[in-house]
Amino acid sequence: MDTSVAERVAANPTYQSLKATRSRFSWTLTIAILIVYYGFILLIAFGKNLLATPLGDGVTTLGIPVGFGVIIFTIVITAVYVRRANGEFDALSETVKREVLQ
Amino acid sequence: MSSLARNLFRTLGGAALLAAPTVALAAGDLGGQAEQQPTNWTAIIMFAVFVIGTLFITKWAAARTKSAADFYTAGGGITGFQNGLAIAGDYMSAASFLGISAAVMASGFDGLIYSIGFLVGWPVITFLMAERLRNLGKFTFADVAAFRFAQTPVRIFAASGTLVVVAFYLIAQMVGAGQLIKLLFGLEYWIAVVIVGALMMIYVLFGGMTATTWVQIIKACLLLGGASFMAFMVMWNYGFSPERLFASAVDVKAGIASAGGAAPEQARQSGLSIMAPGNFITDPISAISFGMALMFGTAGLPHILMRFFTVPSAKEARKSVMWATGWIGYFYLLTFIIGFGAITFVLTDPSFLDPRGGLIGGSNMAAVHLAHAVGGNIFLGFISAVAFATILAVVAGLTLSGASAVSHDIYSTILKDGKADSASELRVSRITTVALGILAVALGIAFEKQNIAFMVSLAFAIAASANFPVLFLSILWKDTTTWGAVIGGFLGLISSVVLTVLSPSVWEATLGYAKGSAPFPYTSPALFSMTIGFVGIWLFSVLDRSRRAQIDRDGFLAQQVRSETGIGAAKASSH
Repeated sequence: MDTSVAERVAANPTYQSLKATRSRFSWTLTIAILIVYYGFILLIAFGKNLLATPLGDGVTTLGIPVGFGVIIFTIVITAVYVRRANGEFDALSETVKREVLQ
Repeated sequence: MSSLARNLFRTLGGAALLAAPTVALAAGDLGGQAEQQPTNWTAIIMFAVFVIGTLFITKWAAARTKSAADFYTAGGGITGFQNGLAIAGDYMSAASFLGISAAVMASGFDGLIYSIGFLVGWPVITFLMAERLRNLGKFTFADVAAFRFAQTPVRIFAASGTLVVVAFYLIAQMVGAGQLIKLLFGLEYWIAVVIVGALMMIYVLFGGMTATTWVQIIKACLLLGGASFMAFMVMWNYGFSPERLFASAVDVKAGIASAGGAAPEQARQSGLSIMAPGNFITDPISAISFGMALMFGTAGLPHILMRFFTVPSAKEARKSVMWATGWIGYFYLLTFIIGFGAITFVLTDPSFLDPRGGLIGGSNMAAVHLAHAVGGNIFLGFISAVAFATILAVVAGLTLSGASAVSHDIYSTILKDGKADSASELRVSRITTVALGILAVALGIAFEKQNIAFMVSLAFAIAASANFPVLFLSILWKDTTTWGAVIGGFLGLISSVVLTVLSPSVWEATLGYAKGSAPFPYTSPALFSMTIGFVGIWLFSVLDRSRRAQIDRDGFLAQQVRSETGIGAAKASSH
């Protein structure tokens, strides 16, 4: 790709909005996973008793749904990003290509 | 960190897992090597079926491997779903399967903390890297890291980062393979290592990425299928009630404590301890540092990054990570159930226990004995064969990635200035494959009796401290320059290695200095070495006033446009 194409793309308003939206979205999700994971680690470090609280009368503790929750959250948040990127963002990206390259 | 946590680290440390320290976990037996078992013919026959099947695939793949692009990326024709399974197959090692289920059996909830660490890197790859890698790269992650920089210095760095990570990971896998196969199949250690080395060479040499991908896909299916069956049988026995499974496991653990002489109340507490975090974190800095190594190391493993070039578009690259994350997450949920199943089925059955109450063959046998308990001899053979297949899939991916660093980054780009023809590049990658295979076997045999448990953690720490910062900043930070990337990257690499050597897992466990004498007290260097890597890149980029630095910064716009839109990418991969 020569520089003039890159400059034309960079000046394209659709491209700019795609870049800004995607960047905001991916950083928001990145921060979310960082908070969830390191929150989990800190909870283990400083909130052991909370995680050891039994749910109801059985032996199952709060730690089990929290731990499984982190795994499920990781899978779901990945799927959320991929869904939006493969739909909305790719469509925008196609628009940019159409607008600039033709 | 407590010694239990440290042992667990080692367990998870990788295939190293399969070596000495893990054995200590449940059995409390610090004696080292895996005990050789009687020759297991069911397992050997099942494994032979796997090998014959994969050799046919290799033959088919060989006919399709004509160019360097075929060799490195299977011609770019893998779908997102297939690639997702292959990534899962590349990532889920025998270590995760046997090591994590053993860790869960030994300490319950703490085992889950490890699984989560191994999973959380995937969203980071998805959000920040996968599609950009695909849009910018062609064959290796160095294509991306060096995109707008002076090729030679950045490629030298990237090839070093790749080869060092591959070397440590490979040694750990080879030693683990030897130990595991001795254990499962009753073969001599060196024979096992030679078989693994030879098969891996055949897959990669003749079938390149196509054969490697299909070996990984088949292995992922077998492993996920086998683990699902075991978890299903465990849950079925408890009427699909997790509470009933947990309650029974707590009773078993309390019973063991009570048999060991604990008072009833104490025994009950000891049983309940598997339901909550125990000794994993006594030192939050180690925990966070190790978490960072796992999370960001995943995003810097060359053999994983390479898989993103096998799909035709950014869309498929994203689909691959989505599937990979789903399968890997599912797998870790299964290992948790399998670990608890091992408590209730294996620890209660004297035929699996040695006279001291430890598992026959060592604690890593938890999942293997459970396979016997829920599925009889045939299923035991199946799971043993799957564990072997698992190692093959991982080492094939590693070797391919090491070979591509030599042939594509060093030979083709640096020595031939990017003008090497496909045939000679292919020849160099095949020669490198043979060299790496022989080296892996030699090192595997040389390290048999060594405590190499730190090696996989080290590979993750280097990937997080050297490869990841360079990739991340070169993609996202405009002002990164050639020298910033190279100097910062090498600082991250060197500091992660040096701090690991100075940490207890090498200083005390491998070099044998007195306990507590390690100059670097934490389990993982990542928190510090990643910081050194990032700060180094930033500092030397900011200070860089060379003419090249201006070209590097000016190149950002074009790189960014391509990484965001894929314009220009399709042609680059020549699919």
